[in-house]
Amino acid sequence: MDLFNNLLLGFQTAGSIENLFFCLIGVLLGTLIGVLPGIGATATIAMLLPITFQLEPVSSLIMLAGIYYGAQYGGSTTAILINMPGESSSAVTAIDGYQMARKGKAGAALAIAAIGSFFAGTVSTFLVAIFAPPLTAIALQFGAAEYFSLMVVGLVSSIALAHGSVIKALAMVALGLLLGLVGTDIYTGAPRFTLGIREYADGLNFVAVAVGVFGIAEILRNLENERTREVLMAKVSGLLPSREDFRAMIAPVLRGTAIGSVLGILPGGGAILASFASYTVEKKVSKNPQEFGHGAVAGVAGPESANNAGAQTSFIPLLTLGIPANPVMALMVGAMIIQGIVPGPNVAAEQPALFWGIIASMWIGNLMLVILNLPLIGLWVKLLTIPYYLLFPIIMAFCSIGVYSVNSNVYDLYAVAFFGLLGYLLLKLRCEPAPLLLGFVLGPLLEENLRRAMILSRGDPSTFVTRPISATLLFIAVIVLIVVFLPSVRKKRDEVFVEED
Amino acid sequence: MNSKSFDKANLICGILLILTGIFFAYQSIELELGTAFRMGPGYFPFILALALILFGAIILFQAFRVEGEPIGPIAWRGIIFILAAPIFFGITVRGLGFVPSLFFAALIASFASHKMKPLTAVILAVLLTAFSVLVFSYGLGLPFQRFGPWVRF
Repeated sequence: MDLFNNLLLGFQTAGSIENLFFCLIGVLLGTLIGVLPGIGATATIAMLLPITFQLEPVSSLIMLAGIYYGAQYGGSTTAILINMPGESSSAVTAIDGYQMARKGKAGAALAIAAIGSFFAGTVSTFLVAIFAPPLTAIALQFGAAEYFSLMVVGLVSSIALAHGSVIKALAMVALGLLLGLVGTDIYTGAPRFTLGIREYADGLNFVAVAVGVFGIAEILRNLENERTREVLMAKVSGLLPSREDFRAMIAPVLRGTAIGSVLGILPGGGAILASFASYTVEKKVSKNPQEFGHGAVAGVAGPESANNAGAQTSFIPLLTLGIPANPVMALMVGAMIIQGIVPGPNVAAEQPALFWGIIASMWIGNLMLVILNLPLIGLWVKLLTIPYYLLFPIIMAFCSIGVYSVNSNVYDLYAVAFFGLLGYLLLKLRCEPAPLLLGFVLGPLLEENLRRAMILSRGDPSTFVTRPISATLLFIAVIVLIVVFLPSVRKKRDEVFVEED
Repeated sequence: MNSKSFDKANLICGILLILTGIFFAYQSIELELGTAFRMGPGYFPFILALALILFGAIILFQAFRVEGEPIGPIAWRGIIFILAAPIFFGITVRGLGFVPSLFFAALIASFASHKMKPLTAVILAVLLTAFSVLVFSYGLGLPFQRFGPWVRF
């Protein structure tokens, strides 16, 4: 039983006192920031990333993963209690969750969300454990051409799942790739696009870019019109859902888990898409669809399970191929590289403890969230009353310390300010930052593999279509692009995202 | 097509992307382009820059076809104070040292909101600095000088 042995190794790694501690810190910090409105999971991880660099690689990745689902979780808490999704993936939860809270069923709604998430997390952790090794085996056959094509698929899918204009998303990918190339050329040693600043010879600091584009841009947007937050807090009582609630949630949880697991693997934002897809499905199959929007149990249980399952399975492409499926995974890639781990199929073979430790920690983290958060809800609710103007100086201070601590390079701090401004500008111009960050992370890898593939084929570009795996991948990318540009799909896509806003 | 019916956001976006593309393309030509067989440092970025110019042009073209939502208010005050904080921290962290530099950076950031009162800002900055010194300097042991050469007597 390979799977069994591997999982055992994973639980041994993740179950050490030290790693349990960092997992706990991660989920607590994640929930904390997920609860505070106006800062999403990506921004949270970007800001907390530097703190983890002092740790062992395993502990640091476990903590980051903990922050990720902690933030998801915190996001749904605010969605239910004050109709303000802390995360875009819990935006759907707000629709019915808040209605349940208004009817005095806040406790039940929170518990349903927690239990659904936990179930989905358990199933999808096993899925990751089952599917990661065979995918890794395939990935080990990959040459430069295959990697290039695979990254093209990843980038194209991130375009497909981005909001708004497809052309803008394409432009963001190109811009991100270009920014990723800043620094010394690996083949010739020539400095590129550094504007003569020697401090940028190693490339733009990934943390600075991520913190700026996601964290600071979001703060600036929140400062546009400062409203006093109305905390119309429903009193939380009766955490245990009634028997009818339980009966009503089983099927949606199962469906949500299935939908989320499949969509999570897709690059570009699986968790968000998963929760929307699940809500739509629940509404379609429900016997009384008129309940939706007025506190339907299925409207909470389905999407919450789906987004958690999606969050989990989005680790599959990261762990097996080293290709990030969404901005958060891109941050994980950055963290791994800084820790000296090259993300990709070799991780499973060379660092089995790390690989399986992360997988096992996902389940442990989810368990902690259920055990901790239900009793701690009172505390999280209190946090919601902290005014925003007290929060962002704190965030700015931590950002500055964090970014500086990575390399002790003051130019990284100037880069944060620049990318903060750029991120805000992009928000104003309705451009999505997610494809830009993916491009930024993949830029150097994409170029390296392109150049290597071309050298191997003696300058013959047909290498990308004559090698079967590469050709298949490129074919998928083309299909995705064509589908995105089809008028009917475009209309449908607009509708989905309009609903979200 | 009258003069009012263009989309401001797309107009600006298109122009900026084209300019950025031209900048990267120009810089790439200065580098060695190489051939498709042995690509030079400028080859791949040059292609990307051309793509960026193309996308920018399409967005610019679209700006005159459909009108989108307006750009909305801009957080000028936020931009000035928030972005100043990391820059100030960067300029002074080596000279003033971690403690004073962080204190002032937090103080500067506080004024991004018009709701913040000066006294609250000072108290917040003091608490924040104390907490950060405890956690990052003593706790995590980051190698920062607490007080730099500019404030040492």
